[in-house]
Amino acid sequence: MSAPQSSPEAWSHHGYEMVVGLEVHVELATRTKLFSASPNRFGDEPNTNIDPVTLGLPGALPVLNRQAVELAMRLGLALDCRVQRSTFARKNYFYPDMPKAYQISQYDEPICVDGWLDLPGSIRVGIERAHLEEDTGKSTHIGGSGGRIHGSDYSLIDFNRAGVPLVEIVSRPDIRTPDQARAYVSELRAILVAVGASDAKMEEGSMRVDANVSVRLPGAEFGTRCEIKNLNSVRSVGRAIEYEAQRQIGMTEAGESVRQETRHWDENDGRTHTLRSKEDADDYRYFQEPDLVVVDPDPEWIERVRWSLPELPAARRARLATATGQATDAESVLVVTERGQDAYVLAVAEWGGDAGRALVYVKEAFADQGERPAVPAADVAKLTLMEVGGTLTATQAKQVLAEIVEHGGGDAEAIAADKGFEAMDTGRLEAMVDDAIAAQPDAWAKYCAGEVKAVGALVGAVMKASRGQADGKAVTALLEHRRSIT
Amino acid sequence: MHDGASPTGVADIAWNVRNNLTSASDILERHLAAIAERDGEVHAFNLVLADEARARAAEIDDMVSVGRDPGPLAGVPIALKDNMCTRGIPTTCSSRILDGWRPPYDATVVTRLREAGAIIVGKTNLDEFAMGSSTENSAFGPTRNPLDTSRVPGGSSGGSAAAVAAGFAAASLGSDTGGSIRQPAALCGVVGVKPTYGAVSRLGLVAFASSLDQIGPFAHTVADAALVLESISGHDPMDSTSIRQDPLELTRQLDMGVAGLRVGRITDLPEGASADVVARLDEAFDTLRDAGAEIVDVEVPAFTYGLTAYYLIAPAEASSNLARYDGVRFGHRVEAPDTNAMYIATRTDGFGAEVKRRIMLGTYALSAGYYDAYYGRALKVRRRIAADFAAAYERADVLLTPASPTVAFHFGDKTADPMAMYLCDTYTIPSNLTGEPGMSVPFGTGDDGLPVGVQVLAPALQEARMFRTAAELERRASR
Repeated sequence: MSAPQSSPEAWSHHGYEMVVGLEVHVELATRTKLFSASPNRFGDEPNTNIDPVTLGLPGALPVLNRQAVELAMRLGLALDCRVQRSTFARKNYFYPDMPKAYQISQYDEPICVDGWLDLPGSIRVGIERAHLEEDTGKSTHIGGSGGRIHGSDYSLIDFNRAGVPLVEIVSRPDIRTPDQARAYVSELRAILVAVGASDAKMEEGSMRVDANVSVRLPGAEFGTRCEIKNLNSVRSVGRAIEYEAQRQIGMTEAGESVRQETRHWDENDGRTHTLRSKEDADDYRYFQEPDLVVVDPDPEWIERVRWSLPELPAARRARLATATGQATDAESVLVVTERGQDAYVLAVAEWGGDAGRALVYVKEAFADQGERPAVPAADVAKLTLMEVGGTLTATQAKQVLAEIVEHGGGDAEAIAADKGFEAMDTGRLEAMVDDAIAAQPDAWAKYCAGEVKAVGALVGAVMKASRGQADGKAVTALLEHRRSIT
Repeated sequence: MHDGASPTGVADIAWNVRNNLTSASDILERHLAAIAERDGEVHAFNLVLADEARARAAEIDDMVSVGRDPGPLAGVPIALKDNMCTRGIPTTCSSRILDGWRPPYDATVVTRLREAGAIIVGKTNLDEFAMGSSTENSAFGPTRNPLDTSRVPGGSSGGSAAAVAAGFAAASLGSDTGGSIRQPAALCGVVGVKPTYGAVSRLGLVAFASSLDQIGPFAHTVADAALVLESISGHDPMDSTSIRQDPLELTRQLDMGVAGLRVGRITDLPEGASADVVARLDEAFDTLRDAGAEIVDVEVPAFTYGLTAYYLIAPAEASSNLARYDGVRFGHRVEAPDTNAMYIATRTDGFGAEVKRRIMLGTYALSAGYYDAYYGRALKVRRRIAADFAAAYERADVLLTPASPTVAFHFGDKTADPMAMYLCDTYTIPSNLTGEPGMSVPFGTGDDGLPVGVQVLAPALQEARMFRTAAELERRASR
């Protein structure tokens, strides 16, 4: 296969486009399970967070967790969904880690419907629904090959995860490139964390992605889709749908037809493999769960949740980008907002600091500081002003910043003085430039004659004279200015 | 009430024990003696909890001796259908599949009985997973009707009905999904009540069909049944379908009579009741008219479809409820080379024929391509039946029907023909579909001198008027 081209703007191969919809499962950050009082906690000793409901013991009955409903409402409202009257159903199938042999899940009446998620580049991905359901237990297959149940010697089951509340967020098939898919997952993750619905850690399995992929010629009807499971990182989401679209295009081009099936992404060989075909799919025999009643949040509750939502990442990024000026890069804005440090950058600006420099400082030096850095914003504000005002070069400012971060604060002026950073004002710099020209008249002559490279020796001399504290760019600019008036 | 003889009824026992006139231990020993003497023949119990009961009776006697009140059911020996969970005590549903399982918790009704001062004497036999109308489907052998041991006690709560009829317990609890309390009550000549759905917590009741199952009492008298129901009813936050209201208040209204009450006769009731049963029902209407009630004719056109809808809805829910018996976590397991083979071997061996039949029926009714024609349509019929009853209750306060189409029948009479067995529940099924209460009260005898039960039906949460009507029939029947 030829190397695929992949850019945010377009993805196309042999004239085909990919059509992708994502189903994202997230574990809700509740205190207890969806239908029982056992703790919802990752990483505990196996089979310690269990109870009769979790184990599906005879006579046990589910009682719906109100916090789970509220978190589902939060994420639904953050995705501009409508919160509606909803019911639970039973999805019936046998599997050893499914204690009741049915999963309680919302089926034809989900709690959240009809929302959307906007991606950078004016791309809007529709959200069809977001519904509540319970997680299964976790099986570990011992012996045999590849950790699969088939051929294993025996299996161990941990029911700690069984009954943990999940929300499944189903997008419409609006995604057309691997980059969009990655951006969708990243943005969704940011929203889930921002509203406190989930810690959304793909590596711990608290956020899991399935992709429905098909291909078509633009404008044609949707092709037959395959569902891809086992996408454990944002990166594998992109890789898997890239591979799968290529595979389907190859088949179509070869005159074969794509079979509707569920496929497994293998991170090691970079391919998808058939898991089960449509004909083998279970008949889940859904029917309304008789042990639970209708969930119909009243408008007052919905509004209370809506008003309690924090500012969402996209809006926060927009605010940060505006505050820090047009020139700043989207990457820094994204990183800093994702860390929740955008408010800190804005606080530096409040103290009169330069927002653009603050953004760079925070991105570079505050990775370990969390949402509430220990360093007083006023200290950072002062440092930005010293750099912008030319009192400190970028290099010097970086060293002062490191000192401030290390000590959880500090006066930039005092630290600069301690380090022997003399004020690099224009007068001092010009004197150094004069000295350099006087010391190396040959280099100056060559430079004036148009040999641009010759400037290096002059700049080097100034840097040496300033013990590395001068700003190389400023020196070059000064020399260029001198040449232009010579 | 107290006439110097040894008390037998619930109210009588509790009054004597609370007032220190009789000891709970003496009462218990009398019942244990009756069990020892006759349960070998009747087989009402899967398990008699003699030691636990004696310890509990001693506790209650101690409470009384220090002046503490054990509660409204003080010292009352009560039998539990063996599909209600008892902590640390085997709960079998009369099925091999639950072999060796001991629940780690008590059903809410068990807790409430205990808090009311009752003594649990044992776990009673039933049709496997409450599926049947004769208790012949038990994996542990049938229960015999104490009034004529060549006949069935009815079912599925046959053991609980027989335990009261034989004097093994002053009262018992059963569960009623399609008539499983009311039909055996009728056949054994005792009072049996299916309360409003949600009036009694289902927590700890092993599910057969969750939207239909409801726990209720058996007792010798209407007043005794009322006392037990008052103690076990009321909201339980651990059952989402439990109605948010206080326990039912019944006993204070029992003697109010039926003057002015509108008693409905369903003119389009499905046929099939035998002549002796029809005759007693007619007499019941006459009796209530004599007592001042107004008899009104009502129609419930969809009544006749109840049986069909029920035999789609109940098996559908059962097929899902019984899927958890897979040999993985508890109960019976037949070892096999792989997981699927283990499931199949375990379930093939662990379930009886009737349970398998209903799992198959229910799985089919819910399957893709058949759902709309079967399960979906049954739900529509269910709503239609509810609407028809609502209309009937505009004109009548209570309705009267037979509880069972016949008196107790002989063993083997209906086991070869599932439909004949299913028809036993013709008159009781609709109130499970609507969630409304119904009770059977003995009213005279029919063929071979066997008891006939009349069923009183009422709208949801109107148990008080249902009990008033039953109490009136009881008073006049015993004259």
